[in-house]
Amino acid sequence: MSAVQDVITTPAAATAAAPVTRARRLARFNATWTAITLIALIVAPLFVKNFVVFQMTMVLIYALAVLALNILTGASGQFSLGHSAFFAIGAYTSGILMEFAGVNYILTLPVAALICFIVGFLFGFPALRLSGIYLALATFALAVAMPQLLKIGAFEHWTGGVQGLVITKPDAPFGLPISQDMWLYYLTLAITLLIYVAAVNLLRSRSGRALMAIRDNQIAASAMGVDVSLYKTLAFGISAGITGVAGGLGAIAVQFVAPDGYTFQLAIALFLGMVVGGVGWLPGSLAGAAFIVFVPNIAESVSKGLSGAVFGVLLLFIIFLVPHGARQFAIILQNQFLKFKKT
Amino acid sequence: MELFWNQVVAGISTGAIYACMALAIVMIFQAIDHLNFAQGEMAMFSTFIAWQLMQWGVPYWWAFLLTLAISFAGGIIIERSLFKPLANAPILTNVAGFIALFAIINSVAGLTWDFTVKQFPSPFGSSPFLGSQLLSTHQAGMIGVTALLLVLLYLFFRFTRIGLAMRAAALLPESARLVGINTSWMTALGWGMASAIGAIGGMLIAPVVFLEPNMMGGVLLYGFAAAVLGGLTSPFGAVLGGFLVGVFENLVGTYIPGAGNELKLPIALALIVTVLVFKPTGLFGRVVVQRV
Amino acid sequence: MSVLLTVENLRAYYGQIQALHGLEFALEEGSVTTLLGANGAGKTTTLRAICGMIRATGAIKFDGKPILGKSTEHIVRLGIAHVPQGRGTFTTMTVEENLQLGAISRGDTQNISADIERMYNHFPVLKERSSQQAGTLSGGEQQMLAVARALMLRPRLMLLDEPSFGLAPLIVKDLFQILGKINREDRVTILVVEQNAQLALELAEKAYVIETGRIVMAGPAVEIASDENVRRSYLGY
Repeated sequence: MSAVQDVITTPAAATAAAPVTRARRLARFNATWTAITLIALIVAPLFVKNFVVFQMTMVLIYALAVLALNILTGASGQFSLGHSAFFAIGAYTSGILMEFAGVNYILTLPVAALICFIVGFLFGFPALRLSGIYLALATFALAVAMPQLLKIGAFEHWTGGVQGLVITKPDAPFGLPISQDMWLYYLTLAITLLIYVAAVNLLRSRSGRALMAIRDNQIAASAMGVDVSLYKTLAFGISAGITGVAGGLGAIAVQFVAPDGYTFQLAIALFLGMVVGGVGWLPGSLAGAAFIVFVPNIAESVSKGLSGAVFGVLLLFIIFLVPHGARQFAIILQNQFLKFKKT
Repeated sequence: MELFWNQVVAGISTGAIYACMALAIVMIFQAIDHLNFAQGEMAMFSTFIAWQLMQWGVPYWWAFLLTLAISFAGGIIIERSLFKPLANAPILTNVAGFIALFAIINSVAGLTWDFTVKQFPSPFGSSPFLGSQLLSTHQAGMIGVTALLLVLLYLFFRFTRIGLAMRAAALLPESARLVGINTSWMTALGWGMASAIGAIGGMLIAPVVFLEPNMMGGVLLYGFAAAVLGGLTSPFGAVLGGFLVGVFENLVGTYIPGAGNELKLPIALALIVTVLVFKPTGLFGRVVVQRV
Repeated sequence: MSVLLTVENLRAYYGQIQALHGLEFALEEGSVTTLLGANGAGKTTTLRAICGMIRATGAIKFDGKPILGKSTEHIVRLGIAHVPQGRGTFTTMTVEENLQLGAISRGDTQNISADIERMYNHFPVLKERSSQQAGTLSGGEQQMLAVARALMLRPRLMLLDEPSFGLAPLIVKDLFQILGKINREDRVTILVVEQNAQLALELAEKAYVIETGRIVMAGPAVEIASDENVRRSYLGY
């Protein structure tokens, strides 16, 4: 997204080093940070209490959902305020399969992904006609409708109605001597990494470029032979599918599903996560997820009565500082590194 | 059949609420090209200010006018301090800003006036209108005020210099600057006006839904839906959209079985989305021809 | 003859890309000057820099007062009218509203209707269409509207960016004749940027040629017109 480059000055003109060396140094810098993050993610749970491990699992789960949103909005340029609906569908799919069909929890995830993919793909068709603010409203309608749909009496036998369903938390397999939370964390980490790598590869591929072409100039893209309708609906489907996996994992981690856990407030939280992380920047999904999970808690600890206001102020602070999200922050770090290493 | 017409008329009167909200939304949209999610909260806050003034003994109409002035100023202050700095930030960041504003206003209102429901007086009273059972005087008043507002806005935009300047700034900011218009202040003015209109809406709605910090939630959503249905570029469309949404909502609640209060909203929204699929820019929206 | 506009060491940037590399020129009050150049040479950039629409360094003085760094609307209010590329017409507003907008920053509101009448005299076709939506006018008519709108400002300096673009030759001829008239009668200094060199050189007294952000030739229009390089590159013979 070149707009960011315009706003943030890169020291391109200043450096005398050959462009190749600079690129190599940047690559090493990025790789180092990626490695540090990865190691931290793998090792951290061993040093903290179970509850913190649970929180970290939730961060990963939301990171997955924000990642999905990044693919849809950041890459294909379609605006969605309705991803809480797919999250809910994924969650309930896992829940229902586990409690009523006795399906192994891990196997529910691909099913959740598939069902959400189909729903998302189908939703993508009417979405083709809408854009911008109109699409936002349509997806928002979906988010608002979902909790109500889940409460409908007709489905109560399966969904548990307003009370929802309780889900049994799985134990670590093969009798491994780790807690349920820890096992679930590593499982989530593995799945998240898998999907993350797949997503990065997708965006780097021809299909990814087609998506971005559609985002930047739909008419030009179609003039170049890109099947705009297909790609846009596929993007919706994939995004929904990934969100579904996140929802399923969320259900397992939290141990229950209920309609009021998937309101439009979740949709807004995911949206904010995407903005704070940097729209379309996949690594930012983690930062955005951390924001979603921890900042409301921080706000509440600062002031119980004004927790909403504190949250709002913190959010404003972040977007004033880095309007382009965590990605902008990362670029600032990169620039500092390049300047520093010059001496 | 009588039930049908009853519901239609009742729908029109609740629709007046949505129409007022939709009008404020369209105003801001014209000024800044975004939907302000915090619009409802701003209206709610203004209504609380009016209520507080009356608690302190200020008579209704003075409180009304004072609230309008305060809301107008407040809208401008919020725009200058919060959204002018974000003018060059991406749209989605601006949306996050609206959400932050929403959270702040809602929280502060809750702390200042707590969440117990309060009565808010109506200047129109609540006796049957013209002896009819269908419409109360307050509801008739709401419709009247909204219509009056629409006329005043039309006159303002069509016949005053500043109205012309605001239209130009919203239409083509760069060309507007080239004729010497300070587009930045036009945006601030748009916010001020939208804030004042929202305050009017809030003060009209509060007697019906009762005053509390979360009173505008549903109304805002319907207001958005109405504005979008009417076409975001048309104030007339917004008002008409408001009335239509009110009628939809009521008819859905009456005629669709099992549609309790919870399902009314999603169904109404679904209907609007359906309309959008056939008319993507709303009923009266300007069709933007995309030139390559 | 006093100097109305001076440009010194003007560098202009689109983001990281530098488009002008130290431009220098001056406009005398009451004169007509033309800036010629191929696509992408920096003609439009120059006009935009004068109007404060892009990031620039150097010095620009209007009537002795520095204007670099000021906002576009401030510069316009000092008396510089800019007819941009593409005309910037308010297409959904009427012709008359467009003209009113041209004068929107003026304090002397009592003279505006008289000025609108004067515009209708300069451009009779606009009077016919005064209550039509501006977007329904033909290309030539929209160009006239754009010029009229600029004149409503009662500017001292008028900048025109490729006014001949997309117009039939006869219409361009008419337009340039009117521009000459305006320059003489209303004493408006004109800087016209053009790819269509022929008519511009006939209208102007002074000419500059710009290539990749640098002025490569300067002089009286007559001399520039007879220069062999110019003839080959811009006049086609």
